[in-house]
Amino acid sequence: MVAIPSVTRTPMTRNRTAIWLLGIAIVLTILQYSGVLPAWLHRIPDAMIPPAAIWLDVFFNFVKDDLGLLKFTRFLTAGLENVLDTSGNIFYGKRRWPNLGPIPWTAIAGVAVVVGYYLGGWRLAVLGGGTFIWTALIGQWKIAMETMSVLVVAAPLAFVIGLSLGIAAWKYAWVDKTIKPVLSVLQTLPFFTYLLPAVIFFKVGPTAGAVATTIYAIPPMILMTTLGLQKVSPEVVEAGKMSGCSKFQMLRHVYIPSARTEILVGVNQVIMLCLAMVVLTAFIGMPGLGAKLLAMMGSFKLGRSFEIGVTIVLLAVTLDRMSKAWVVKQPEHFEKGTSWVNRHKTLVLAIAVFIGFTLLSFVLPIAGTIGRGQDFSQGKELDNLIKGFLAIDIVQSITYGIRYFLNVWILNPFRDFMLSIPTPAMIMVVAAFAVWLGGKREGVIAVIFFGLVALSGWWDRSIITLYSVLAAVSIAMLLGIPIGVLAARSDKWSQRVLLACDTAQTFPSFIYLIPAIMLFGITATAVVGSILIFAMVPLIRYTIEGLRTVPPEMTEAADMAGATRMQKLVNVQLPLALPTMAVGFNQAIMFAFFMVIIAAFIGTQDLGQELQRTLAGTDLGKNFVLGICVSLMALTFDLVIMKWAADKKKALGLP
Amino acid sequence: MKKMTTAFTAGVLALAPLAVLAQDSSDPIVIPIHNWSSQIVMSNVVGQILESAGNNVEYVTTDSQAVYESVRVGDVTMELEVWEGAFGASFRAALEKGGIIDVGDHNAVTREDWWYPMWTKDACPGLPDWEALNACAAVFATPETGGKGRYLDGPVDWLKHGQERVAALDMDFVVINAGSAAALWAEIGAAEADKKPVVVFNWTPNFAEAVWPGEFVEFPPHEEGCDTDPSVGVNPDALYDCGNPATGYLKKAAWDGMEAKWPAAYATLEAISFTNPQIAEMAKLVDIDEMEPEEAAEAWLEANPDVWGAWVN
Repeated sequence: MVAIPSVTRTPMTRNRTAIWLLGIAIVLTILQYSGVLPAWLHRIPDAMIPPAAIWLDVFFNFVKDDLGLLKFTRFLTAGLENVLDTSGNIFYGKRRWPNLGPIPWTAIAGVAVVVGYYLGGWRLAVLGGGTFIWTALIGQWKIAMETMSVLVVAAPLAFVIGLSLGIAAWKYAWVDKTIKPVLSVLQTLPFFTYLLPAVIFFKVGPTAGAVATTIYAIPPMILMTTLGLQKVSPEVVEAGKMSGCSKFQMLRHVYIPSARTEILVGVNQVIMLCLAMVVLTAFIGMPGLGAKLLAMMGSFKLGRSFEIGVTIVLLAVTLDRMSKAWVVKQPEHFEKGTSWVNRHKTLVLAIAVFIGFTLLSFVLPIAGTIGRGQDFSQGKELDNLIKGFLAIDIVQSITYGIRYFLNVWILNPFRDFMLSIPTPAMIMVVAAFAVWLGGKREGVIAVIFFGLVALSGWWDRSIITLYSVLAAVSIAMLLGIPIGVLAARSDKWSQRVLLACDTAQTFPSFIYLIPAIMLFGITATAVVGSILIFAMVPLIRYTIEGLRTVPPEMTEAADMAGATRMQKLVNVQLPLALPTMAVGFNQAIMFAFFMVIIAAFIGTQDLGQELQRTLAGTDLGKNFVLGICVSLMALTFDLVIMKWAADKKKALGLP
Repeated sequence: MKKMTTAFTAGVLALAPLAVLAQDSSDPIVIPIHNWSSQIVMSNVVGQILESAGNNVEYVTTDSQAVYESVRVGDVTMELEVWEGAFGASFRAALEKGGIIDVGDHNAVTREDWWYPMWTKDACPGLPDWEALNACAAVFATPETGGKGRYLDGPVDWLKHGQERVAALDMDFVVINAGSAAALWAEIGAAEADKKPVVVFNWTPNFAEAVWPGEFVEFPPHEEGCDTDPSVGVNPDALYDCGNPATGYLKKAAWDGMEAKWPAAYATLEAISFTNPQIAEMAKLVDIDEMEPEEAAEAWLEANPDVWGAWVN
């Protein structure tokens, strides 16, 4: 009862603060346009920008050389290289110990069928087998296995490290406290920022790729582990204690099995992130599917890009569905006295299939490897088909029209306007937004974060990054929310669209570049296009989920009050769905920040391009400063929107 | 592990009579691969030559600037194409730090700069002069660039300083970085159909000159120090206010431990020298004939046994 007045009152003062901030920002901008604003108020003068990159470089060099971190990581590299060489030999026949590989493709496909059947019946068996058969027949077996050979090392590593850190964070409050902020920065740090340190400390090639991938995939594992362990019910813990478990036994036999579901969800996320990232490490020379896709997209060979895209998507969907099926599948229990073979039917069958196909490949070489020219790839024909399609006059004039309209009328003016806003005014606009939605605390954080970005000396490029994100997310909202609203009207369509969104979210982000490049070529429009498609998925998904979870009493009440469909939607359903939709909006922004940096490879003028440029050198300091700029901007949005959604949910009494 | 090594050594020794270069280490020679075709094919050609001589060869895809650091520390064994215009600075910096050595020049003479296919001259007759190019910047405009001209530069990691040059010479151009070398050919190819004027980054030796006749834009001639001293060049306050060297070198570089570890392979590397037409031919096999790099290397080796035979002996 006491809470209600404070809930209704704070927005009033908040709004006033927000309006004040906005007002000052507008005045500053008008002054800028009328040419009376002194230059130092428009942009921080260069002389006042602290040389953070140089300080950081001094620090990094000290840690790297004087403290001997480089020696230590190079020592680790040697070990990791041995592991990667071994998996490389097994998967694609790299000439290293144990000199056994490559495993015949038929054997892997066969095992995938068996595992798929065990986890999820015939459907998964077909999916698993089909994926690998497709990969082999299309002639991408070797590059796919190059990718897999790193994945099988990086994912378990990320799992073990994530699980241990998660347990530590659950056990000791101070670990949890220190780890939390680091994790949120890590999760918003652009992937390019992971790449350069990886190359410097872990040698160019697969080792660096594996390290960057592993580190990127650790945070969700930590979060899921802590979450799972915290949820273990006290009764179970009591039971464990009563049976006299030691500390380790408690962990091994009580906590971890009880947290099984969350931990396995973590495993699923680790696998999916690893796959997405392993593809991206193509930027630092990791061979495999990503490298080939990068090369083909760069040269506008869209048919072949498409084929590789299909392989990556199939792999992603297979790995995702299988690991999710594993989450759901409960451990089997057998009666006492069941023989070993009966208890391990699947394992025995898998081994039998594996040996069978391996033997077959000795007799029939094509069952082992599909050689050059023996595949069914239609890439070159598809290239020409797509090229031909895009060259049709009507298609060309439509895509050109969209490009012209978007750029000349919307994007370029919007960008130029954002660039013209004085730095302090821009910070105030963001602060106003934060105060209005989140509160005073969020406003202060926004000022600090954007202030740091301004002091980094990369303000203009940061603003261009922000502009791409905002432009793309706005367009994505215009398209995505109506789609979500329409789909939410029927059960059938909600399910279909949700399934499509679920599947689309498992695609490695790189894939989203393909359709954008197909339509718009290698232009800035394609950048916005790819972010748009990527960001639309969470928007649609959460709009549907938000609308579908509106309590039926509410809609019934609206129906009884004689509301039209439109009235019901606008006055009842949307307001109640808004907190959930905000989560989708937040995800869309986070995705957009991620994508805009990757899209640098199509040719942007923002932080991403500078980041990509640092990959060509050894400028760790600059690389880090740029990454932090992206991270700070993304974190501001994340904090504000999530705070708003939580407040709103509380106020509406939603779970 | 020890057993494996012994077995491996035994295997290598057994092959020794076949191999001329038996004293070379059996550790793999790591050859870097970058993002333009001639370099990829040349690396595969040299790799296959070394393999045929009994060496163990591995390829690693690396950034073309960062590679000098990798060669210096021995992560990568050699670099076959050190273009003066693009990589001269990184190479010199690495030489000063030590660990990398200059293994001599190829026969080829190189030039890298802004370039246009001949049909562009119809729309902008004052070419190849850079001021004339700037005067007709609007001809090169696209929706994305607004009223300014579009110049498609090489991939960002080639560090071509197109942006800096546009600023230094106050040109009405927007510099867009291509995702890869192949994107440059895609741009020229797309423009060819309706003879649209384009200006892109290009270089010689390359296959492109045979497919699309064209010319380099004539910028203020290159001067020593133009990229390090603002006072050099036409704009007294800016770096990069000149063109790239018109007759640049193409060098080979190697890790300084290579000679001791793989003496025979090092001798071959010293002897290797490609000419302009040979390099253009290698690029053509991939860019026009659409071969896979290792296929292209095989084809080239098959067609030119007398050229590379001399390097091995």
